Amino acid sequence: MNDMRITERAVDLSETKISARNVQVFYGDTHAIKDVSVDIADKTVTAFIGPSGCGKSTFLRCINRMNDTIDTARVTGDILIDGEDIYDRRVDPVQLRAKVGMVFQKPNPFPKSIYDNVAYGPRIHGLARNKVELDEIVERSLRRGAIWDEVKDRLDAPGTGLSGGQQQRLCIARAVATEPEILLMDEPCSALDPIATAQVEELIDELRRNYSVVIVTHSMQQAARVSQKTAFFHLGHLVEYGETGQIFTTPRDPRTESYITGRIG
Amino acid sequence: MTTGTILIALLALAVVGYFLGRGRAVASAGGDVRRLHSLPRFYGLNVALTTLIPALAVLAVGLLALPIWTDLRVGAAIGPSLAGGDAGRQSLLIAQADRLAEGLEGADANVAAIAALDDGALAGAFADAGIAVREGTDPSILRAALARVGTQETGSWMLVLLVGLAGVVGALVALRASGPAFRARNAVERAILGVLILASTIAIVTTAGIVLSMLFETINFLRAYPAADFFFGTVWNPRFSGDSQLGLLPLLWGTMYVSLVALIVAVPVGLLAAIYMSEYAGPRVRAVAKPLLEILAGIPTIVYGLFALVTVGPLLRDWFAQPLGLGNSASSVMTAGLVMGVMLIPFVSSLSDDVINAVPQSMRDGSLGLGATKSETIRQVVVPAALPGIVGSILLAASRAIGETMIVVLGAGAAAQMDLNPFEAMTTITVKIVSQLVGDNDFNSPETLVAFALGLTLFVMTLALNVLALWIVRRYREQYE
Repeated sequence: MNDMRITERAVDLSETKISARNVQVFYGDTHAIKDVSVDIADKTVTAFIGPSGCGKSTFLRCINRMNDTIDTARVTGDILIDGEDIYDRRVDPVQLRAKVGMVFQKPNPFPKSIYDNVAYGPRIHGLARNKVELDEIVERSLRRGAIWDEVKDRLDAPGTGLSGGQQQRLCIARAVATEPEILLMDEPCSALDPIATAQVEELIDELRRNYSVVIVTHSMQQAARVSQKTAFFHLGHLVEYGETGQIFTTPRDPRTESYITGRIG
Repeated sequence: MTTGTILIALLALAVVGYFLGRGRAVASAGGDVRRLHSLPRFYGLNVALTTLIPALAVLAVGLLALPIWTDLRVGAAIGPSLAGGDAGRQSLLIAQADRLAEGLEGADANVAAIAALDDGALAGAFADAGIAVREGTDPSILRAALARVGTQETGSWMLVLLVGLAGVVGALVALRASGPAFRARNAVERAILGVLILASTIAIVTTAGIVLSMLFETINFLRAYPAADFFFGTVWNPRFSGDSQLGLLPLLWGTMYVSLVALIVAVPVGLLAAIYMSEYAGPRVRAVAKPLLEILAGIPTIVYGLFALVTVGPLLRDWFAQPLGLGNSASSVMTAGLVMGVMLIPFVSSLSDDVINAVPQSMRDGSLGLGATKSETIRQVVVPAALPGIVGSILLAASRAIGETMIVVLGAGAAAQMDLNPFEAMTTITVKIVSQLVGDNDFNSPETLVAFALGLTLFVMTLALNVLALWIVRRYREQYE
């Protein structure tokens, strides 16, 4: 976790997974996202940074259409995943959310057992034909969430009884269980202590092998540690987007520079 | 001097004390309020409270003790020999003396002057004051009447004196203390704590008092009537001529049956209404529908009873009971149960709505984010998370149902019987409590005392429900938080 490594970090050049064009979001009369266009690569960790209220979380929630659950929210523009417009009328937002998993700011395990928490998505979507398959999915997901060893002996215990960091990894395992292609993380470490944060960050790096990960974070150190690409949002605009090393060492936009050196934010 | 006057005088004293204490505190600081430990009004309040609280305590004790003392004096004046040791005769004599005492007070007679006369002249003095004394009344009765009036008079003057003394002493002590170093703010804080403790004590003591009074009457009842016949008797047939059969089971059965029907109506409707209100309804629908639903809770139960009697009962009889050959009574378990169910809907829905709203949005987000639909989210995440509260609301509704009287009187009738047919008239514990206690009854017969045993049974049932509710809530909470 040495911040200095970032300049040397290799970025896998892979194809675009998410492509946003001229996205605008309104909450009632508030113009929250102003004309954002961005291409997010597959098998990469992309960090969204920026001061509070800059729209980074809002933009994240556009990618799995969670903004649909807010009555006053209105989204225009195009967001394409694998070339397919997710705001097309033929797309079922419920199905989309199974494909685009989400991890929230505060760990939010359901009031169920650890097993049932992870099995929740697969059960809803009918991913397992029988109990044995479901057991396999649960174990695989918990292993991917790097929490299997800690909970394998107490899968029937309530998920809410775990520590904060364990809860968050359980939520990641739960999101992974529906076999998503993209994992959205909305400040996943802001409610965790430094040790739990380190564990989750390590996990995020692991997840990059299988998923395209988009993470919103308040901590620039965290963005520097875990991401390959970084996007800086400010007042609803996407100010700058590029390789993480470049953003943190040679930002092109003066606003980015001000933010990462701590002058605004 | 009446209690009201004493209270007003005390309050006036407290107000004067407030200003004196405030003034003294400010003066002791040389007019510089900053030198005082507390704000001036705390010194004032402290004086007012130290005036009021001990005086009020003395007043309360005095008001409780005065009648006891008077009774003792009256009893002593009559003496045990006159009644010859018969408790019933003794109480009759005391009642006679009380009536005479009332007459004395009403006639505004000079009690001290009469009391100074010889025994022989007493009856004449009473007659002069305009009080009819029966021929041959023992002079000791008249002495007792005089003692009552006299004791009450002296007692109330002593009370005024003591209360006044307590108030003035309290005020003076607090005034003396009102200097810059005195922590008046902390003293007021302690007084507030005392008031809060007093309020909760009143609630608890009242509950205990209710239970105890029921318990003693129940013990009286069980002395006069065998417990086994009461708890396991299957016939309810009270006769005021005696030789009644007072079996609990038919009433218990009726209570349970009506409550069950009511809950079968109220729980699903209330719960689904709550889910719609909290999860689906827009703010405008909610603003209109929720108050409308809660109006149901404000309808007096007697009005529900009328609705059952005039509308639902005949409807059920004409369209269900008679065509199906299940009887031809308009009063039935079904009638009372259905109407009571409607009454309970707002209890279930309003409380459930609150607990569903209290489920954190992050739970819903988590489920929706996994690709669950809205109803899947509600069924599998929101309702289980809200379950303890929902169970609580259902059990609250259940205890309302068990204790409900009016709807049952008018809807289910008064026939105590055990039957499975829901279209038969049956009755409940509450209805029978009322019917055993109305009218001019001897308060010592088992037919009347049984009402208390029924009341205690009812209390134990609702208590058990509440304990169960608490247990369920705690059990699920362990799992869900």
